[in-house]
Amino acid sequence: MRFQLAALSLRRHASRTLLAMLGVAVSAAMLLDMVMLATGMRESFASLLGRTGFTIRVSPRGTLPFDSEAMIGQASEAQAAMYRIAGVTAVAPVLGATIHVLGHATPITAFALGVDPAVQGDYQRLEGTEPTAPDALVASDALLAALAARIGDTLDVAVGFDPQLRTYTGRRRLVVTGRARFIYLSATDRAVALQLGALQAMGGVDRSDRVSLFMLRTAPNVDPEVARAAIERALPRVTALSTAGAIAEAEHRLSYFRQLAFILGAVSLVVGFLLVTTIVTVSVNERIGEIAVMRAIGVSRWHVVQQIVIEGIGLSLTGAAGGLVLGIFTARYLNSILRGFPGLPDAIEFFLFQPDAAFRALGLLVVSGIAAGIYPSWRAASLPISSTLREEAVG
Amino acid sequence: MTSQPLLSIRDVHRDYATVHAVRGVSLEINRGEYVAVIGPSGCGKSTLLNLLGAIDRPTRGTVSIDGTVVSSLPDRDATHFRLTHIGFVFQRFYLIPVLTARENVELPMAEAKIAPPVRRERARELLGYVGLAERADHRPAELSGGEQQRVAIARALANRPTVLLADEPTGELDALTGSDVIALFDRLNRDGMTMIVVTHDEKLAGAARRVVHMLDGRVVRDEPLLRRA
Repeated sequence: MRFQLAALSLRRHASRTLLAMLGVAVSAAMLLDMVMLATGMRESFASLLGRTGFTIRVSPRGTLPFDSEAMIGQASEAQAAMYRIAGVTAVAPVLGATIHVLGHATPITAFALGVDPAVQGDYQRLEGTEPTAPDALVASDALLAALAARIGDTLDVAVGFDPQLRTYTGRRRLVVTGRARFIYLSATDRAVALQLGALQAMGGVDRSDRVSLFMLRTAPNVDPEVARAAIERALPRVTALSTAGAIAEAEHRLSYFRQLAFILGAVSLVVGFLLVTTIVTVSVNERIGEIAVMRAIGVSRWHVVQQIVIEGIGLSLTGAAGGLVLGIFTARYLNSILRGFPGLPDAIEFFLFQPDAAFRALGLLVVSGIAAGIYPSWRAASLPISSTLREEAVG
Repeated sequence: MTSQPLLSIRDVHRDYATVHAVRGVSLEINRGEYVAVIGPSGCGKSTLLNLLGAIDRPTRGTVSIDGTVVSSLPDRDATHFRLTHIGFVFQRFYLIPVLTARENVELPMAEAKIAPPVRRERARELLGYVGLAERADHRPAELSGGEQQRVAIARALANRPTVLLADEPTGELDALTGSDVIALFDRLNRDGMTMIVVTHDEKLAGAARRVVHMLDGRVVRDEPLLRRA
């Protein structure tokens, strides 16, 4: 009967109850979004780094991958040295460069990656064949669209421009052999991938036997941190970063972001708590006489508290359920806006729904709803019955 | 041989700060009695009723009901005692507005953990007894004042109490509906219920078999009335 009485009491002021539920739902949605925001970037970044199975990134000493235009010289020698380190199963060299696709009214600029197509983790081929020939490339959809080109077309590509001679340097005619999605780039980025040797040759002496970074795979039974340390010992001119280290670095850089999300999440939790407390207190104060009579006819103090706490749980649970739906929709909308930022990898999510974290947060909200009901109900159930009835009769 | 009184009040005092609401009242009430407590406003009669009903504790003295010293019971035991031994009727009815008449009557039985089918049947019987069988599914707002008070009486009888206590039960009713309640109380007492009624209503007091007069927290006269035919 307590559940029935609690439900009927909530229905007694239907519009007030509905508004309170909406308030809790908004608070829950904000809490959920903050939890999704606090973990979303970290988790999607970790997922991005781990996607192709490379566990170590090696870049020029003191830099992060593609953090600067610095390059690792004597790349062949470095690659061979890394293969000699125990547990390293694959070494994928990557050279980054800006290219210009000529033959249009204005040259179209794109980002080029020189890779070893047999061991690469930068793109996923969607159509066509790998760029195994020295004159082959795969291109992003954004570039193909800008060029109005398709698989089989030949592009006039240069890697540099000499302002004094006003001529493009490192020109080569390359055939589009495939379409690809570049994992670390955004969907709108114009990009190509071609053989490392071809890009190095196009770059002349400046890029001869140079790479921007290496990506390494390690055997499953090998701790990447051990391999990473061995690489730095063997090659003092590089910085090696394990995936775990990269995630930790990203986490460090995102710490302000997470703190903000934590504070806003805590604020929404407090708002939800205060909202339920207010509604329950108002509802209890309106029913002081009823509660005193219930106590007078023999309803125990604990049962009075239970009934009112059930009302608080009802408000919180309904609000949390509404907040779950509202929070997911809001997160999707905000995610679509934030992912529109230029240069962000396509795979990065700002808001990531993780059931465990979400239900823990909403559970916390429901617990706060229970706590919100306990004090006003216990206070009301503990009022002296006779004087309460007398005051109610006078009032 | 004399029978043990059902209610026994010995030298009971109740003080609120500087106010002495009840001052040294002693009273004995036997099973089946119908007692009216009358007196001017503020004379302590409602306080006395609250002490008898174990919803208040005397500052001094003892209150015993059916052999239990209720004045010294801890809150939990006093609550259970009220549930199983006392029926309360209030001036303002105090029905739960979101429950129907039947559910209001069922409430004390639910608290006493009586099975739903049993309490539904008992509520139906009680509402029939007070003449409201047809109004069982109406909420208090859909009932007249007299009907609400009859539902409150049915609720008070739900757990077959030892004694029925009523505080100004006709105070919010017009003369006609008040007469219905008086007649109902009379029938209840004839059926064996021990009743103590605090009232200003002369008609209600006149229906009792014994009248206790209070003044300034004291019993100043305690007289049996002649039974009517």
